[in-house]
Amino acid sequence: MSSWVRATALWLCTMAMISWAATLPEGLAELGRPATGGEIAAWDIDVRPDFVGLPPGSGDVWAGEEIWLAQCASCHGDFGDSNEIFAPLVLGNITDEDIATGRVASLTDPAVTRTTLMKVPTLSTLWDYIYRAMPWNAPKSLSPDEVYALVAYLLNLGYVVDDDFVLSDTNMAETQARMPNRNGMSLDHGLWSVSGVPDVTGSSCTADCDVAVTVTSSLPAYAMNAHGNLAEQVRDWGPSPGLWTATETGKETAAEPEQLAAANAAVEAAVAPEAALNVGGCSGCHQMAGQLVGPGFDAIRTKYAGKEHAAYLRDKIVNGGAGVWGSMPMPPMPTVGEDALQQIVAWLTSGEE
Amino acid sequence: MASDAEQGQLQAAPESFLSKDLVENISRDGINPGRRSLLQGAFTAAAASMVAPSLMADDDPDIVNLPTWTRSLGKPVVANPYGQPSPYEANIVRRQSPGLTRTDQSSVSFTPLQNLFGMITPSGLHFERHHQGWVDIDPRRHKLMINGLVDTPLVFTMEELLRMPSVSRIHFLECGANTGLEWGNVAVPTVQYSHGMLSASEFTGVPVSLLLERAGFDRKRANVLLAEGADGSSMTRTINLENALDDALVAYGQNGEMLRPENGYPLRLVVPGVQGVSWVKWLRRLEVGDTPWATKDEVAHYVDLMPDGTHRQYTSIQEAKSVITAPSGGQKLLKQGYYDITGLAWSGRGTAEKVEVSVDGGRNWRPARLEGPILPKALTRFHCDWVWQGEEALLQSRVTDSTGYIQPSRAQLVAVRGTRSIYHNNAIQTWRVGADGEVHNVQLG
Repeated sequence: MSSWVRATALWLCTMAMISWAATLPEGLAELGRPATGGEIAAWDIDVRPDFVGLPPGSGDVWAGEEIWLAQCASCHGDFGDSNEIFAPLVLGNITDEDIATGRVASLTDPAVTRTTLMKVPTLSTLWDYIYRAMPWNAPKSLSPDEVYALVAYLLNLGYVVDDDFVLSDTNMAETQARMPNRNGMSLDHGLWSVSGVPDVTGSSCTADCDVAVTVTSSLPAYAMNAHGNLAEQVRDWGPSPGLWTATETGKETAAEPEQLAAANAAVEAAVAPEAALNVGGCSGCHQMAGQLVGPGFDAIRTKYAGKEHAAYLRDKIVNGGAGVWGSMPMPPMPTVGEDALQQIVAWLTSGEE
Repeated sequence: MASDAEQGQLQAAPESFLSKDLVENISRDGINPGRRSLLQGAFTAAAASMVAPSLMADDDPDIVNLPTWTRSLGKPVVANPYGQPSPYEANIVRRQSPGLTRTDQSSVSFTPLQNLFGMITPSGLHFERHHQGWVDIDPRRHKLMINGLVDTPLVFTMEELLRMPSVSRIHFLECGANTGLEWGNVAVPTVQYSHGMLSASEFTGVPVSLLLERAGFDRKRANVLLAEGADGSSMTRTINLENALDDALVAYGQNGEMLRPENGYPLRLVVPGVQGVSWVKWLRRLEVGDTPWATKDEVAHYVDLMPDGTHRQYTSIQEAKSVITAPSGGQKLLKQGYYDITGLAWSGRGTAEKVEVSVDGGRNWRPARLEGPILPKALTRFHCDWVWQGEEALLQSRVTDSTGYIQPSRAQLVAVRGTRSIYHNNAIQTWRVGADGEVHNVQLG
């Protein structure tokens, strides 16, 4: 048992408050069924720091490199040092001293980028995570041997093991004992238990308190639009609308969505735009087939098939009309929005001529 | 020019645009071509009469000129089978912080706290944090397994879980990294980005204690639970058994409906008071154990770096915190006069007992009004009257929770934890109101 596991166990024992007991309502014991061995094996793939759950197998650094370049390097870089998509895993900044003490000294230096290998105290974690969640777009597709090889390659990149190293279930524990930050974790805090003791205390002063009120940090003007135009992110009719932080007026981009909507309308023209018909209020008087209050859409589509009728129909919808289909006049429909109008007209004129 | 008597008067309602004579004629003889043209003329006249009313100087045209919605047929039922917000609320959506992450699958979207009311977050605005994308799970095929230190490892179907005795409870859910961008300096403009990894819902589900009892867990050896998701990441986190037995739920309901897929449909763990990463989504398994698992998200992430280079591990509880949501950063006060300073307060250890508000950067404080119900490990809405007379102001809020813990200032927090912790920043937030009414995110020193 490693020192870390012993410390954690001791820490837990002092915190455990298992005095709870419940009675099971009658009949509840019939809900749920025993899990089969195969089911547990399929899902219970976790590996603990004491290596409970670790499948047997092995893999070497060279095999790891090959798999890495094929399946991992596109996100993490050939040497696990890429900062393009995820934070770097290793940067070659682990020292012999770190490995000897189990404390990565550079963690106190704000200028040093924190990598995964600088933080992770437990080798089991790397194994468990790669096996359960990697590669990014095909999780759980790696075999145990491939995972051993990948972990060996990562450790090699971090100078924890040599080039000819073979990692296996039999040497995981001794390899974990070389993890550079194995002694770098602290459980000395009050944030594990709801009854934990806080490490920081606020002030209860309510009048003439002795506090500094000089502004020491604020967003520079040039960064105010780094999150976009704030005026478009706050309720614009409320008591405190958002600040206009865009550099452009905002109107120049209007053409693109309109074109997009027109293109979409064309594609969808053959399908009845039911939402638009409902929202526009059309279906209050028109049905798909046959006269209701007004003519059926089937008759309208037959009569006005062809784009040349679009302007006429648009006018009839917007301004209303009477006398074409019978005695009942069609009122103007001013609430039909532009998008809905385009969809409806495109659909009505898309029938077979 | 209309006479004084006519000015300001409402025009005839659209229903009355047909003359009495015409109506009688139509009902007696039906519509003939002549009457049809009369009818058309009546429509035209009705429309014309409403676009040009007479306005006096003090008249509000939105009152005097009846708006379109007052003189047209409304929309039918189920035009939106699942209701949507008004199009006028399109600004109020979840947003990403540009540059925070390089992939949208391992990323965050923030809740627009600046414009929400009360103590519940609409489900569609609940913040998102995914580690490997979100998934649509077929509830008929989803199972929950309970194994580890139990008499009988069990499998439950969703149907069985929905048959079990359920409870509904309102709780906040805050990411441990909420406000994490602000440790070193001001980095974001609005409360959406500074505090928006915070939401609250009414969750419905089965107490974890009941499920563990059903499986017959080993009371002597059990210390912790492992929660595991069914998504590609199969996210795992170690849960304190103390929390699990106290008030944790295996939840399927959120605000009266099923969980949204982005929030774990059909099943997630709810661990009240504990940071969001422990509320494992798409929950497929709970394993009872005696020692923590040291999973990826408890050794490489969600560890708090201290000034001495150690990382605090298994930091879980969200300590008491509050923030003014309006007026807040990125907004502008348009006029002087009355404002309702409002915000949220919460504690992972109990209830928000007291909230105080300062408008002078923390020199003087006065009590805020707390809205009920005040529930443990839930959001509490507070209000404070304020008359702004155009002066510069530094707005702050400070919560005291039911354990007596007082939310620290940024200086007090940083003095102990430094500025590189990333996680668990519960410092007092300051918004600076300028003489021009602009509100900006600032830090004081």
